[in-house]
Amino acid sequence: MVNLENSAFAVSEKGYYGNYGGAWIPEMLYPNVEELRQNYLQIIYQAEFQEEFNLLLRDYVGRPTPLYFANRLSEKYNTNIYLKREDLCHTGAHKVNNTIGQILLAKRLGKNKIVAETGAGQHGVATATVCALMGIECIVYMGEVDIERQAPNVARMKMLGAEVRPAKSGSRTLKDATNEAMRHWINNPVDTHYIIGSVVGPHPYPDMVARFQSVISEEIRKQMFEHIGTELPDYVIACVGGGSNAAGTYFHYLDEPDVKIIAAEAAGHGVKTDKSAATTFLGKPGVLHGSKSLLMQTYDGQVIEPHSISAGLDYPGIGPLHAHLWESGRAQFLAITDDEAMQAGMNLAKLEGIIPAIESSHALAALDYLDLRNNETVVISLSGRGDKDLSTYMKYL
Amino acid sequence: MNRLEQLFIAKPREVLNIYYTAGFPKLEDTLPILQVIQDSGADLAEVGIPFSDPVVDGDTIQKANHQALLNGMNVGLLFDQLKNMRETINIPVILMGDINPVLQFGVEKFCEKCQQVGVDGLILPNLPMDEYLQDFKSIFEKYGLFNIFLITPQTSEERIRKIDKNSNGFIYMVSSASTTGSTQGVTKEMLDYFKRINELDLKNPRLIGFGIKDHESFMQASHYANGAIIGSAFIRAIEDADQPAASGMKFLKEVIQ
Repeated sequence: MVNLENSAFAVSEKGYYGNYGGAWIPEMLYPNVEELRQNYLQIIYQAEFQEEFNLLLRDYVGRPTPLYFANRLSEKYNTNIYLKREDLCHTGAHKVNNTIGQILLAKRLGKNKIVAETGAGQHGVATATVCALMGIECIVYMGEVDIERQAPNVARMKMLGAEVRPAKSGSRTLKDATNEAMRHWINNPVDTHYIIGSVVGPHPYPDMVARFQSVISEEIRKQMFEHIGTELPDYVIACVGGGSNAAGTYFHYLDEPDVKIIAAEAAGHGVKTDKSAATTFLGKPGVLHGSKSLLMQTYDGQVIEPHSISAGLDYPGIGPLHAHLWESGRAQFLAITDDEAMQAGMNLAKLEGIIPAIESSHALAALDYLDLRNNETVVISLSGRGDKDLSTYMKYL
Repeated sequence: MNRLEQLFIAKPREVLNIYYTAGFPKLEDTLPILQVIQDSGADLAEVGIPFSDPVVDGDTIQKANHQALLNGMNVGLLFDQLKNMRETINIPVILMGDINPVLQFGVEKFCEKCQQVGVDGLILPNLPMDEYLQDFKSIFEKYGLFNIFLITPQTSEERIRKIDKNSNGFIYMVSSASTTGSTQGVTKEMLDYFKRINELDLKNPRLIGFGIKDHESFMQASHYANGAIIGSAFIRAIEDADQPAASGMKFLKEVIQ
């Protein structure tokens, strides 16, 4: 992990990226979040921590994940497309990079219980997995709607020994699971660590999660060099819900202005409908879940219930780093509809023999919006595999 | 002088503060319920601004927030409903809620409206102290609004001292590590915490909230602080009532005895 101390995209002392971030939390959460803030950098940059983290990433997660040249996909778009195969991580998505880091941190903070939220179930599975690995009690909150549409992941979490608790309020999706996880933490402040799964939440979570996920772009740089003799592609593309795989994919390219950063958001039925989750298109600055960021909300500040076919992108906000990338123009945001994502997912399966998570399919669909040349190089983060989504894909077959 | 300041000078003991959600159970109940709180003999009222994602709240207040929003409650409407409250209400009135609706309404405009209708203070649990000192304090002061901070059993003494220094009105003592509406009553652990805080000799009065639900817990809390706050138990008393005002009055009379 490299520091970005002098970057315009590094988090400030107070936890801000430009105008976004901070720690807008009630006093009940202050001691825990403050303990984390004071200790996280010191702990994660200890040699002994790094050694354990890197060893687990190599031997348990299976890193480095391949950077695969997608030949037939490249032919279709008349350019050079590389897929960062986070879908090949243990548990089937990039989420485990962060949960390994946070569980090691939780142990060092003396916490013996874990709580987490999950949308698609990928973060829940990744959390349940590391809790099993470390023998730590695990409770995962998941929206009732998501429990239904992501049944295989619910079964996996249970098999891994986690308790899955349904979030029954609001839209009964990721936002509500996050509310419940925070309430759980308020009720259990002393022995419990909250493993947030994305670059959202109060400072230092967005920065901490981004650092744990930054291994993705650290590897991409090396692997690009091995493939084509330069570390810099022309584009890096990732889907953004909260934005953890995107943060990891962009991290080591933030200060490389020649590398274009593309963020694919979930447009749901379309940004002109009331069924969407494209936060940069529909949101404005607001506070939710402990940070100030872009937020889909009514004129009166009530959070709008989002919609995406992809449970992992079905969130009304976006991490504060991404809000800053949007505001500063560093990243270009695209709104990908449910149908566009599903087609892109089907397309990848047929052309490359890879079934992507519907989240990742949004990143693939971004290819249709870019004016790509045959001498350009594109890296797409294939953040997860699509096994969990088969029942949804089947409706499109 | 701010009504909160007057209250604690006039009545330093057994102060009863009642929380309820604006626009609940019916949209037009905001002012009638406030009147009931005053008429019952309670000393001050906290009017909750409903929010879609109330993270510090348990089931009871979550449901009240949800219903109030379904009823059509919003910040602008709340100020309309409270417009003439000072014709009949003379107890201190505090607005409490999530920071986001306040930010969207506009902080300065919000505070100006508070002053116009006669609000005395604000409790915005997810407004952090640093942000308050930097960007909000001067605006609150300009409009004569007291800002009330929370402390919990986990708050360090150093931080309590800092909160005490930057508070006015009173300090809101959260009784235990919990969301609102815990029904466990006052435990031995809580009493130890109440005693510990009592011995700090803080400059601000303290009201104890979360888990205070009846006469007994109110008296216990009052023994160690200047009084207590009841929220969820009051909401439960009015939520399904045919006549919320009468039902609320009956509940409060039992608490105050």
